[in-house]
Amino acid sequence: MLIDEKLIAYLEDLSYLYLTDNEKIRIAGDMEKILEGMARLSELGTDDIPVKPQCINELRKDTVTPSFDRNLILRNAPEKNNEMFISPKVQE
Amino acid sequence: MFDITALELSKAIKNKKYSVTEVTEAYIEKIRGNNNKYNTFITISADRALRQAEAVQKRIDSGENISALAGVPVSLKDNISTLDIETTCASKMLKGYVPVYNATAADRLEQAGMIVLGKMNMDEFAMGGSSETGALGTVKNPWDINRVAGGSSGGSAAGVAAGEIPLSLGSDTGGSIRQPCSFCSVTGIKPTYGAVSRYGLIAYASSLDQIGPIGKNADDCAALLSVISGKDGMDGTCTLEKPFDFKSETQTQKGIRIGIPRNYFNKELDDDVGNAVINAAKELEKTGAELEEFDMPLMDYAVEAYYIIACAEASSNLSRYDGIKYGYRSQKAQTLPEVYRFSRSEGFGLEVKRRIMLGSFVLSSGYYDAFYKKALHARSLIKNAYDSLFGRYDIILSPVAPTTAYKIGENISDPLKMYMGDIYTVSVNLAGLPAISLPCGFDRNKMPVGFQLIGAAFSENTLINAARIYQLNTEWHKNKFNTKQVYKKCGNR
Repeated sequence: MLIDEKLIAYLEDLSYLYLTDNEKIRIAGDMEKILEGMARLSELGTDDIPVKPQCINELRKDTVTPSFDRNLILRNAPEKNNEMFISPKVQE
Repeated sequence: MFDITALELSKAIKNKKYSVTEVTEAYIEKIRGNNNKYNTFITISADRALRQAEAVQKRIDSGENISALAGVPVSLKDNISTLDIETTCASKMLKGYVPVYNATAADRLEQAGMIVLGKMNMDEFAMGGSSETGALGTVKNPWDINRVAGGSSGGSAAGVAAGEIPLSLGSDTGGSIRQPCSFCSVTGIKPTYGAVSRYGLIAYASSLDQIGPIGKNADDCAALLSVISGKDGMDGTCTLEKPFDFKSETQTQKGIRIGIPRNYFNKELDDDVGNAVINAAKELEKTGAELEEFDMPLMDYAVEAYYIIACAEASSNLSRYDGIKYGYRSQKAQTLPEVYRFSRSEGFGLEVKRRIMLGSFVLSSGYYDAFYKKALHARSLIKNAYDSLFGRYDIILSPVAPTTAYKIGENISDPLKMYMGDIYTVSVNLAGLPAISLPCGFDRNKMPVGFQLIGAAFSENTLINAARIYQLNTEWHKNKFNTKQVYKKCGNR
C-alpha cells in the first residue's frame, strides 16, 4: 500500500494535526510497514463471524446529582474569564 | 520496613510497630534519596500524603478496622486521575493539569486507608511498551539502568522493584501491567474487563483499558485488587457485583488443568525466556496441576487486530484534547481550528501522533471494512477460541514477552518491532480476560523473566490461588536487584 503525501495530508486533516516534514516522512514509512502487517487479517475467513459486543454497558438511573462547581472546571482552562472558556472567534 | 510485604506492613502498623506517619516519611525519604535514579515518579505528593497519614492513624487509633492495607503507601500511574494532584499522562499536552475529581480506583485507595505518595512515569498516554515515549524521559530498569523498565506502566513496576513503593496501580490495554512486571521482576494483575471501574482512567482504548495492581507478590496484589474492584455507578461497563474477596488457603493445584500454547514457544521467543517459563509450568505440575499443550494459531493475528482497534479507539478518545477546556494551548494559533491543530501538534509526541494517524486511517471511508471491521471480526474469533479453551483448561500459561528488558533506545526507532513485543499479551485484552504476571527466573544477562497465567472472565480467584502456590514454592519474587544473597539462594538456571 502506498502511503503518499496526499493520503498523509488527508489523515492530518481527519486527525486535526499538522505534522512536521520529518514527522511526515517517519510516519508514512512506519505506516507503510505497519499496514502491510495489518493487511494480513484478510487471510482470516471471518465474514460470517458475528461481531460480539465488546462489553456489557449497564446504564445507571437517570437521576439528578450536583454537578461540578464552574470555577473548579475552569481552573484547568488555558484561557478563561470568570465564567467561561475563551477561544478565538468561531465566526468572522 | 522496606523488606516486608504490603500486608505485613499494614499488620505492623496495626500492632503499633510503626506509625502511619513513620512509614510515610520513610518512603518519602527513600524516594527522594534515590534522586530519581530510575525516573519512576513524575509527582511526589508528600504534604498531602503526610496529612492523609495523620488522618488514617487517627482512624486506626480509634479502633476502626479499615482494611488489610490500611496505612500502606501506594502510588498511581499518571493516567489515573487524582483530585488536586497533577495528572499528566507523561505528556506535554497535560502538563499542569490538576483533576477536579478522583478516579474511582483512587477514591477506593483512600477509603481503604492507603496513603497516596504520588504519580508514576509511563509511556505518553500509555502508548508504548518501554516507558521511553513519555515527555518526562525514560524509566530505567533497577536491574540494569541501561535497560528499559517495560511499559507502559514502567514507572509503577520499576518503583516497586526499586523498593520505592510497596504497591502501585498501573493500567493494561495490551500488556502494560504484565510486561513491565516481567521486565522488573515484580507481580502484576490485569483484571477481567469490567472488574475495576475505569472512571477517571484517562482513556486510551476504552474497550481494552483496565486498571490493575502491581506489587511484590500475588498476595499483596490480591489485597489491592479487592480494594479497587467492584461495581461503580460512574462506569456502566464495570459489572462485577461485589469486590473480589480472596480467601482460599488451599496449598494444592490438584485438579487444575493448565494449557500451554505450543506455538508460543517458537523461534521468536528467546531461549532463556522459554526455558524459564517451561520451568515455571513444571513447578506448578509438582503442586498437582495437570499440564497439556495445545496450538493457538490465531495468535499470529492478535497483534494486528489489537493495533487496529486500539489506534481506532485512541484516535477518537484523544479528539478531546483541543486546547480549550484543559491541557496545552499553542500560542501560534489565530483561529479556532488552528487552536485545535497547533495545540495537538505541539502537545502530542511522535508515538501518539502515529497512533492517531493510524486510527484515522483504519476508520476512514474506503479502509474501514478492510481494517477496522476485519479486526472486530478477528477479535470475535479470538474470543470464541478462548471460550472453547476454557472449556478444557482452568488456566493458560504463557510467556509475557519474547525477550527480557532490552537496552534503552534499542527498539524505539522501529515501531513494528516494538508492537510485535506485545504478541503474548494483547489477545488477553481483546478477549477481556484476567491474567497475572509473575517472576520466574533470569536470563544470561541476569535480567528478570516473567510468565503469565490467563483465566476465564472473572476467574481471578483461580489465578491468584495458582500464583500464591507458585510463590510459596519458589523464591524468584523475593529477588531484589541489589541483593545477591537471595538471588544465589534461588540458584541460576
